[in-house]
Amino acid sequence: MATLSTPPKLEVEGLAIGFGETIIQHDVSFRVEAGSVFAIMGGSGSGKSTLLKALIGLVRPMQGSIRIEQEDYWAASEARRAEIAQGLGVLFQSGALWSSMTVAQNVALPLRLLSQLDEASINGLSELKLSLVGLAAAGDLMPAALSGGMVKRAGLARALSLDPAILMLDEPSSGLDPITAKRLDDLILELRDGFGMTIVLVSHDLPSLFDICDDGVFLDGDTKTAIAHGAPSRLRDECDHPLVHAFMHRARPDADQGRAS
Amino acid sequence: MRKPAPTSNWTSDVQGATSLVALSGDWVARTDGIEEGVAQRVLAPGIRRLKFDTAKLGHWDSGLIAFLITLREAANKDGVTFDEDGLPGPARRLIALSPNRAAKPPAEPPIPVPDRVGLWALQMGTEGVEASALLGNTFLRGGAALGGRAVIRARDLVEAMYDAGVSALPIITVVGLLVGGILAFIGASELGKFGAGLYVANLVSIGMVREMAALMTAIIMAGRTGGAYAATIAAMQGAEEIDALRAMGIPIFDYLILPKVLALSTMIPILYLYGCAVGVLGGLCVAAATLHVTAISFFARAQESLSGTEFGLGLAKSLCFGAFIAIIACRIGLRARRNAAAVGTAATTAVVFGIVGVIALDAIFDLCASVLGI
Repeated sequence: MATLSTPPKLEVEGLAIGFGETIIQHDVSFRVEAGSVFAIMGGSGSGKSTLLKALIGLVRPMQGSIRIEQEDYWAASEARRAEIAQGLGVLFQSGALWSSMTVAQNVALPLRLLSQLDEASINGLSELKLSLVGLAAAGDLMPAALSGGMVKRAGLARALSLDPAILMLDEPSSGLDPITAKRLDDLILELRDGFGMTIVLVSHDLPSLFDICDDGVFLDGDTKTAIAHGAPSRLRDECDHPLVHAFMHRARPDADQGRAS
Repeated sequence: MRKPAPTSNWTSDVQGATSLVALSGDWVARTDGIEEGVAQRVLAPGIRRLKFDTAKLGHWDSGLIAFLITLREAANKDGVTFDEDGLPGPARRLIALSPNRAAKPPAEPPIPVPDRVGLWALQMGTEGVEASALLGNTFLRGGAALGGRAVIRARDLVEAMYDAGVSALPIITVVGLLVGGILAFIGASELGKFGAGLYVANLVSIGMVREMAALMTAIIMAGRTGGAYAATIAAMQGAEEIDALRAMGIPIFDYLILPKVLALSTMIPILYLYGCAVGVLGGLCVAAATLHVTAISFFARAQESLSGTEFGLGLAKSLCFGAFIAIIACRIGLRARRNAAAVGTAATTAVVFGIVGVIALDAIFDLCASVLGI
């Protein structure tokens, strides 16, 4: 958690994001400490995924700054942005595996295009990444032949391909059964501890949030800004904002009680 | 962040049967890769135990893990003890995550050529059956649709007809004018030699009506609309949209394919007639410019040379071409595999099959026409 000696891995300040005239979130600020697992929480449609897209360079923020390892990401030149992005590993919600390649080719592609390594090294490193996520035997399969859990693992192996310092996960446990989700959570922690990565994840899967996250930010879709900061388990026990309370306890907020019942 | 040193480094200090591997420097996978043949160098004969010293180890990532796992595998194979106590805790956890790789199952032997030919023939047979089933379905369900008994929305049909008809007018105009003009050029240069320049009108009108207008329209539509049909259906296949229709019991054929087949087989004949008109016009322009033929004499000759039979033949061809292109395109879209590349492949295959098929069909038509003396 917040230690003053090390600078934050990722720092967001006064961020406003949106498309055209629509503002999705404004005045969002938070710091992600090195080695932590940081959760971006909020209800469906609150702008979590858009925020993640701004963090990984897919959507330009309307205002504010995103500092990755203290470098202002969006103020950098396009070439520099691409370089910074290579230090970010991203697991997309639906895996986003390139469907015309085998799993092993998916994992090997970033190294093949962005490094000068020889073929044996590339294959060896991609095999390693696959074996770390438990897919050593699935390298030759096509993405269409994978189950939901395997798709996430393969996506994770691909995200690890360039040994990123920050790993971004978009709803890693969505669509997985509780056992598979738990296994994936454990794997994420193992990888974090092993490689010393920092992890930012978007999720609304409560058990997983309480289990693995040690810091976070809660986005509200109505007021369009961050309404709470802190570890999910702490927010559950201490935060008295009605929406956050309802979210963390899987209840309906009071304002909602009269409706539709 | 530390700057990565140019190379990671290790030294091996052998004391009796134990080798102490001292790791130093930064181990960055992306720049260093995996050193070749490292296991043989570390595991010299006589070594029974591997130990590690990481006092000088700098920043490391999966490059180090790959190195260690290679050593561990070789050590396990040779019965050497792999003592990981000297390694950093995180590295030990990662090594533990990566299981000892089981030997890969032997690759399956390649299928012998005769078997492959047999399999290919069987597959082609199945394809043929499927395509005929689709053709049969078109007649059955097309009849039902005319009787108002099919699950087809008038709006879908009109939209498909607009797409396959009105939107294609500009390109048919351009190509029609040019093809008519080209025919007239050939006629002018050859017939002009015999003083039979006026017969250019016959050449252009018969050429367009019997042959070129139908063929040209069908080839354009195979490229333009056939490819689009195959790509759309393949993309729907990939996004499970077709499964959703199936699961709800909406007949795929009625809803998805029939409007396309009906639209193309009604629109191509109409476009054919339009193509004939612009083709003859193109011929007239060229004839007027090169041979100074007047429009009145040109049209008079054209009218004289054409009969209902020529138009009947052209219309029959167009109808068949339209149905053929739509059925082939839909069939190719439906059998597409479920990935992004499959959409492109489906579109290409549909265009190639459509064009080659149309030309082959045209040849068959002409053969029959000449045997029957039409």
